[in-house]
Amino acid sequence: MRLTLERRTQAGIWASLASPTLAVVLTLVFGALLFSLIGIPPLAALTVYFLSPLADLWALEELTVKAAPLILIALGLAPCYLSNNWNIGAEGQLVMGAVAGSAVAIATHGQGHGSYIVWLMLAAGVLGGAAYGLIPAVLKARFGVSEILTSLMLVYVADLLLDYLVRGPWRDPKGFNFPTSVSFGFEARLPGLSETGRLHPGFFLMLLAVALLAFMLARTLKGFEIRLVGEAPRAARFGGFDDKRLTLFVFALSGALAGLAGIIEVAGPIGNLQPTISPGYGFTAIIVAFLGRLNPFGILIAGFFLALTFIGGENAQIALRLPLDVTRVFQGLLLFFVLACDTLILYRLRVTREGAPA
Amino acid sequence: MTGVGTQDSGDQPLLAASAISKRYGSLLANDAIDLVIRPGEIHALLGENGAGKSTLVKILYGLIAPDSGQIMWRGAPLVLSGPAEARHHGIAMVFQHFSLFDTLSVVENVALALPPEPLAALSERVYRVSRDYGLDLEPGREVWRLSVGERQRIEIVRCLMQNPKLLILDEPTSVLSPTETSGLFRTLEAIRGEGRSVLYISHKLEEVRVLCRSATVLRHGRKVASCDPSRESAASLARMMVGEDIHDVQVKPHRGDGAERLGVRQLNRASPDPHGTSLADVSFSVRAGEIVGIAGVAGNGQDELFSALSGEVSSLPEAVCIDGQAVGAKGIVARREYGAAFIPEERLGHGAAPGFTLSENVLVSQHGKQGFVRRGVLDRSALRDCLAAIRQRFDVRAGEADPPARALSGGNLQKFIVGRDIMGAPRLVIVAQPTWGVDAGAAAFLRQSLVDLAEQGAAVLVISQDLDELFELSDRIAVLSRGRLSPALPRGQQTRESIGLMMGEAMREVAHAPHA
Repeated sequence: MRLTLERRTQAGIWASLASPTLAVVLTLVFGALLFSLIGIPPLAALTVYFLSPLADLWALEELTVKAAPLILIALGLAPCYLSNNWNIGAEGQLVMGAVAGSAVAIATHGQGHGSYIVWLMLAAGVLGGAAYGLIPAVLKARFGVSEILTSLMLVYVADLLLDYLVRGPWRDPKGFNFPTSVSFGFEARLPGLSETGRLHPGFFLMLLAVALLAFMLARTLKGFEIRLVGEAPRAARFGGFDDKRLTLFVFALSGALAGLAGIIEVAGPIGNLQPTISPGYGFTAIIVAFLGRLNPFGILIAGFFLALTFIGGENAQIALRLPLDVTRVFQGLLLFFVLACDTLILYRLRVTREGAPA
Repeated sequence: MTGVGTQDSGDQPLLAASAISKRYGSLLANDAIDLVIRPGEIHALLGENGAGKSTLVKILYGLIAPDSGQIMWRGAPLVLSGPAEARHHGIAMVFQHFSLFDTLSVVENVALALPPEPLAALSERVYRVSRDYGLDLEPGREVWRLSVGERQRIEIVRCLMQNPKLLILDEPTSVLSPTETSGLFRTLEAIRGEGRSVLYISHKLEEVRVLCRSATVLRHGRKVASCDPSRESAASLARMMVGEDIHDVQVKPHRGDGAERLGVRQLNRASPDPHGTSLADVSFSVRAGEIVGIAGVAGNGQDELFSALSGEVSSLPEAVCIDGQAVGAKGIVARREYGAAFIPEERLGHGAAPGFTLSENVLVSQHGKQGFVRRGVLDRSALRDCLAAIRQRFDVRAGEADPPARALSGGNLQKFIVGRDIMGAPRLVIVAQPTWGVDAGAAAFLRQSLVDLAEQGAAVLVISQDLDELFELSDRIAVLSRGRLSPALPRGQQTRESIGLMMGEAMREVAHAPHA
């Protein structure tokens, strides 16, 4: 007996909506099962996880704060994945963007120069992320090194560099030996847009990026090239598109958006450099990208859903004394089900019997 | 050995399939087909691409189950759960695409299909069987060193070692040189002489007329005729297959004295693939108004030559010249700007992206042309207009206005691709296997398009394995074998035999070359 996957002849629009929806439902069902296994009433737990973050204004605002970096990063990952470039190092590109942008803040002390400083930081963040993203891209295009390995391993390099900086050269001399940089001056901060100060302009930058990416993918020759290289690499070469240059382009774009997310986090909600500046946004964004079907508008919705699990996880820590790792379990379940549903909706599983009794 | 418990008798059919039907979605692939095969006959299954031949033989071999209908095997009903059971009953099949492991030897590949037995003893048996049937094979050779014809022999030997009563061959000669084809026919006669039956699937009418005394003809999933092919003409068989007369391609003698459009000088390219073929000192030219054909069995450097000419792979600048300009180091887009058009062999995945709509596929090769892209932004309505024009002029039939490429049949997709790339009246056309796997009507149409292009003054290069096609179209023919190209001689100075010899000699050289 053998299992084979056959492509379904007709997989219409409904399939592209059914798959993520089904994946979310299955994640909730299995999440509930998980809770009941460890002795927590499943309905109450799910309420804490998925409904309480929507219950008040503060939580909604927090949702935008968490969703913005996830969506920004996932928007960059979509062109990578569409063109078969497996960048899974967005977390490292985020860190390097934050480091590059912070260098500006620390060098200028964030005051006495003018409000252009924060723009300079954003630009440095974009460049830093893009440059870091180009490392695995160059290794792949020039030497054929697997970008999956290099991009992932460079995450740890970036993390350690950040750790070294905040404990070493960039440690706040007046910071009681805590491993943080100086707090950025107001010229180096993104202004708060609400009374609580949590909603920041990064959210609108993210919306702008959604619109730009959607336009690029659907309406421009570059977007066509990205989709063509992923769909039929040989046809892309026949068309005269250079897949190596495209690898550099999508990694640079992805690194730039991850770097932007990184510097927005530091210049926005956090306010200085710390050993840890992201709860794994770069990795969770991979789930956002796939749950959003590598489509910018899908990613916008998926980003909010995944942001929910971050806030729900924090709430669950407080209300249910659940470890934060449960959030990771949720996110892992979700990715698992998205990929499984995609496969089973696009393909038919067929049992072929080989080896009848002789 | 069958366990069915009936006796063979002279007039009882070996296999009688009745009213076999199989539906795929809206397509009725087999519609109540009857097929009778008698012991000791070579039975032809004729039909165009998409007529339902493959579906029917897959049912007979147990790969797919019919929706309805019955198979009688030696007088008793037969229901197959899979190929293993078919083999157990004595039905064996050689597919168009071989299932061999390149890095294993001949005997190891045979051993994989048989119950365990010591390799030395098996080698002996493989040698004996291949000798008895005239299937020259060295049991110890690794598969990747062998020609396509030799690989096919492994598949046939592998089937024969299971002592089948019925051997099914799916388009076996599509990959063979003329010499290899006549060798295969001798083998099939020997198999028939032992009282075994052969089901021979083909759309090559001359072959069927020589080889078979009975035939079943399919069209659009239905059985339309049974006949004795030796008493039919190729034209009458074609009428049965297609249901109408096929127009002959109108070829006027071309003027071969135009200016040189394509010049290839000492083109060398080492293949990056260890199993690929390197091009060695390939030189030829194509002038305006003429069609040059390049014959050869697949795997002799055709892919490498096409990609070097198209610019998908670059070479020394002077190795490839278009209109006297050295373009060897330039890419495919630049070469298109010099007025060249390219049509690759593989339609899905190379000439077109399977999941993209046809209008998007227009863009694949035409994005450099004016009007489709403005400042990096696509003009989708211009693309749709272009598609409509292609569909009208080249008779591309499809259910929707703008379907994905993979929804089209081979013939319609090829008409689309050829149309897309020659709509702009190119001055040089390089095409590989223009009518491979295309039904006869579409093939005639496509060939006529190429002839018309040459008459309008374009230079046309056709790389093809189909000798009939090359003799029909070409003013001059050269043979590519083992990456070397023979001089292109006028058609009148060559015969199928002289070309077959050039293809075949190269094969023998390969077979006897010292192990690298």
